[in-house]
Amino acid sequence: MTNDSVKKTLLVAFLLCVVCALLVAGSTVLLRPKQKENKELDITKNLLSVTGLIQSNKISKKISKDEVKEAFKKITVKILDLSTTQLSDKPEVAIKKQDPKLVTIYFVKENNTISQIVLPIQGKGLWSTLYGFIALAPDTVTVKGLNFYQHGETPGLGGEIDNPAWKALWPGKKVLDPDKDFAPVLTVVRGKVGEGTEKAENKIDGLSGATITSRGVQDLVNYWLGKDGFGKFLAKFRSGEVRL
Amino acid sequence: MSVKKVFLDPLINNNPITLQILGICSALAVTTTLETVMVMVLAVTLVTAFSSFFVSIIRHSIPSSIRIIVQMTIISSFVIIIDQILRAYLYDVSKSLSVYVGLIITNCIVMGRAEGYAMKNPPLISFVDGLGNGLGYGLILFLVGIFRELLGSGKLFGFTILKTTFNGGRYLPNGLMLLSPSAFLLIGGIIWIIRTIKPEQIEKD
Repeated sequence: MTNDSVKKTLLVAFLLCVVCALLVAGSTVLLRPKQKENKELDITKNLLSVTGLIQSNKISKKISKDEVKEAFKKITVKILDLSTTQLSDKPEVAIKKQDPKLVTIYFVKENNTISQIVLPIQGKGLWSTLYGFIALAPDTVTVKGLNFYQHGETPGLGGEIDNPAWKALWPGKKVLDPDKDFAPVLTVVRGKVGEGTEKAENKIDGLSGATITSRGVQDLVNYWLGKDGFGKFLAKFRSGEVRL
Repeated sequence: MSVKKVFLDPLINNNPITLQILGICSALAVTTTLETVMVMVLAVTLVTAFSSFFVSIIRHSIPSSIRIIVQMTIISSFVIIIDQILRAYLYDVSKSLSVYVGLIITNCIVMGRAEGYAMKNPPLISFVDGLGNGLGYGLILFLVGIFRELLGSGKLFGFTILKTTFNGGRYLPNGLMLLSPSAFLLIGGIIWIIRTIKPEQIEKD
């Protein structure tokens, strides 16, 4: 039969699809465990970096799994129920149920006192959802660090949220206003936050050419630190009611 | 055509980027650092070589009505497999390459060689042609990458060569080098130089 008969066309198409599907599906399934491991290690490294427990420049160099494990010993992991502000040690199974009210949060404990609270934050950028962590000092107002471990923003523009120079602007910023009942007050400004700017501690430099990503960062930080996010829990923390 | 000629031609004489003008898009996107260039070139070379190889094996059985789709399917499958391998074994690099590995499917070089060479030639030589074109692509990307990484961030392969003013040094990085148009200009410059040395490459109008 010639190549162009209907029968041959269908046969070739069918066989090709079967073979390719097997190869693609096979490789994906086989490699999935290793990829999952990589992703979790990456998130852990970002978590440790946002708290300063490992230096952020060490992330790009090959940091060993043992070093990560060692640094992670200072972290206490808790599950927070956003609606009740209760903390628990519920096992991973509860989280897998995709209950949006249950969030994993982290505390850095040094010498038996909590030195940092690390909260997961996420929100829409321009092209993608940004996923990251914000580390707060025990006063719940001062930022210790902020980074995004996953996003699909344009490299060089929105992607500059990964720029160490921009990330270095965050420590010391105050994201809540004690005079306004601890409402979130972060503002991303156009250009640089000048030396003498009023309330400079509530403001952070914008990213050139990345207006929507910058606005996204502002909105997601304010959302998660506000009443619909971790606001109630942070109020509870300030009142000293949180025991680990 | 000897194997040696098939392999070496795409380096200068028949370079996919500078003569065939294919694969420009990814050349603009991934040349900001040499590390990403190396991984991208490796990925493109492997995809082109293996796709050409398998297309060539079944070239006598492909019905002409579905010819292009068949090539696309083979190419896509290889790209997906390579993407999965990168995410498993070179996770950090795959993160910086983000969507560009997947976009290899749209890289005209791969389709161009499958349709233009592998459909008419035996498998082994098609494989070599794929390798040669991948490396020709790699040569240009490497050159562009050197300029962009060195002048744009003062580094080569991540090692600081020129300390930038942001880090307390004296070199003020050229911001244009970090944006895509610079690659466009650099490639144009390279094409200009090659065609000055080898005028036979200039298209006859």
